[in-house]
Amino acid sequence: MTGNGPAIEFDNVSFEIAEGKKLLLDLNLTIDHGETVVLLGRSGSGKTTTMKMINRLLDPTSGEVRVEGISTGAWNPIKLRRRIGYVIQDIGLFPHLTIEENIGLVPRLESWPAERIRNRARELLAMVSLEPDSFAARYPVELSGGQRQRVGVARALAADPPMILLDEPFGALDPITRREIQQEFRSLQKQLGKTMVFVTHDIGEAFALATRIGLLKDGEMIFLGPPAELLASNHPEARAFVQCFHDTEKAQRCS
Amino acid sequence: MSLLRFFLEHRAEVVALILEHLFLVGVSIAIALLIGVPLGILLTRKPALSKPILGFANIMQTVPSLALFGFLIPVNLMLFDVRIIGGIGARTAIGALVLYALLPIIRNTFTGISGVDPAIREAGRGMGMTDRQLLLQVELPLALGVIIAGVRVATVICVGTATIAAAIDAGGLGRYIFRGLRANDNVLILAGAVPAALIALIADLFLGSLERAIRSRGAASRVRKLVWPALATALLLIVFGTSNFLRDHGASRIVVGSKDFTEQIILGELLAQTIEAKTSLQVERRFDLGGNLAHQAMIGGEIDVYVEYTGTALLAILKKPPIKDPAEAYRQVKSSYAKEFSSEWTEPLGFDNTFAILVRGDDARRDKLKTISDAARSSSQWRAGFGQDFMSRRDGYPGFARTYGFQFKEIREMDLSLTYRALAKGQVDLIAGNSTDGLISRYGLVQLEDDLHYFPPYDAVPVVRQKALENHPEVREVLKQLGGILNVEQMRELNYAVDGEQRQPKDVVREFLTHKMILIDR
Repeated sequence: MTGNGPAIEFDNVSFEIAEGKKLLLDLNLTIDHGETVVLLGRSGSGKTTTMKMINRLLDPTSGEVRVEGISTGAWNPIKLRRRIGYVIQDIGLFPHLTIEENIGLVPRLESWPAERIRNRARELLAMVSLEPDSFAARYPVELSGGQRQRVGVARALAADPPMILLDEPFGALDPITRREIQQEFRSLQKQLGKTMVFVTHDIGEAFALATRIGLLKDGEMIFLGPPAELLASNHPEARAFVQCFHDTEKAQRCS
Repeated sequence: MSLLRFFLEHRAEVVALILEHLFLVGVSIAIALLIGVPLGILLTRKPALSKPILGFANIMQTVPSLALFGFLIPVNLMLFDVRIIGGIGARTAIGALVLYALLPIIRNTFTGISGVDPAIREAGRGMGMTDRQLLLQVELPLALGVIIAGVRVATVICVGTATIAAAIDAGGLGRYIFRGLRANDNVLILAGAVPAALIALIADLFLGSLERAIRSRGAASRVRKLVWPALATALLLIVFGTSNFLRDHGASRIVVGSKDFTEQIILGELLAQTIEAKTSLQVERRFDLGGNLAHQAMIGGEIDVYVEYTGTALLAILKKPPIKDPAEAYRQVKSSYAKEFSSEWTEPLGFDNTFAILVRGDDARRDKLKTISDAARSSSQWRAGFGQDFMSRRDGYPGFARTYGFQFKEIREMDLSLTYRALAKGQVDLIAGNSTDGLISRYGLVQLEDDLHYFPPYDAVPVVRQKALENHPEVREVLKQLGGILNVEQMRELNYAVDGEQRQPKDVVREFLTHKMILIDR
């Protein structure tokens, strides 16, 4: 289901926590349906703040964020959030619910029939490469970090939202698991064709997943464009990230 | 062994008291949950409130239980024409127990919910859960273990504190403990204390295992299904509980009260049995009222008649200076009570229960002690044991020491009923007991003569509400017949029959009244 206009628009958006202390400065960004935009930047650069304004966990102090052509201020926050899947670094699986119940949470809030919720949960488990029969009834503590992260992604997809926000979802994983899960995520991305906003500080991840990369520094977006263009950018921050990317590539070839 | 025998012989009463005790605790915890959990949740939403509310609950916990019971008695909190707190009985006890139980429940609800991982809360919000859904499906289930831990603490506190509730006629196992203390009867004390301790232990174990079961994964997700049944059970318990308070005091009923010592219970029985024999009224007994509760209960209209002492009324209630002449004292209280409390002093029963300064028989014989003045001369080597009452009253210790020039080596303040035993065992050397106490002869104690006439008269007289006399004029006649029925030796005998021979006050009084030809032996 698509609404009017682009999936997500930022129109001169600023966010300040106290007078003069701005976390985000005059951001303009338009994200089309089916696009994967990766917000890249160092810690504290404003990536997560940007993302939280999409599902209205934060409201802009000036400017306007529009989702499907409608200002977030005009959306009912609950309805808005249920149209947007959300995956965070700490995963936030509910420890008192089974894997199946965790995945089925939003469908249950939307009052799907029990049988349909069950089938959907199992379908999603299979999609993120977790054997439904052995995982459905387990609890989050019984899973490894990588498995939990897959469940987090499956949970975000449960009610088939047109958009998904991912805030450093793979940040806490070891490099090998991370690689694997990134590859799986890419094929999932192609298969689903959803609009995605992905926050990371890992430029390798950004290159692997992005259709466009937005580079943030101190609350300002200093670059926006396809990955290939980032390599050619002359901005010092962009070059610092690119340098870092080359270093890791080298290191990984050596090992 | 004797404890076991006691339980076997009194099993019906023991079971009834245990049920009363469980009822007090159960209703109190249910009410505390209904107030405390929502308050705890409110605090997580409005953190600015947490300081005043937790502060209040904290202060409540530090108030000594008997004092808290005392504060609540004059309270008159009405809701739909029903007095919900105040007066004597279970109602006020429950009010106090609820106040004690609130702190652990509010605090644990608050910390339990605050302790939920912020990432989990954010995930829930980001997924589009409403505040209510987040609370019921995520926060409460995750906090449940901590909340149950709070309930566990509250329950154990309540089981203990409820024993003290017997002092305000709320029933429960405390009845045995107070009776045992009065009668110097260890078996009776244990008969109350042991089951109370067992209840606390069992509640602790049960709630502890419930807590563990809930903290283990999974179980908490079912909490949503438990909310309504739990609420319904709590409400049912409360409704059932309050229905007890709604018992109407029917037109043909009269309530006889008594204070909380043996003599008063005997006198209460005396009034009750005589009224039962001579009128067609139904008599309700509300005995065992500690401190000034009997007086307050009468003013509050909760009891109609009880036996008061002229000296007590003059000094402790009317706050007037002592009067040495018994007839003058009686005239004074009679007119003051008619004016101030709309109640009437009837005929004196015939004996004077004043403070008796007591020493061991051996000491009295060895040192040839006859009067209090004799004792005062050698008091610097003595340890005295006095009840709280004697220490604090205007006609008590300070004036006594001044009049006779006492300088004790040590003064131990203890429960009045314990002083006799302490004296008999040589832990103290002099006590201030009651002249009518049966234990005086049981322990072979000697009463020293009040040669300087320090102690004012304490003539025992029934006091009755004028309202009750208007409704039941026949009661006036009955009370008149009781004038001069007992002298001090007879009172001591009756007291000894109960305290010393462990007989039931009911039986002792029936026998006495039969002997006096007031009851016809059938």
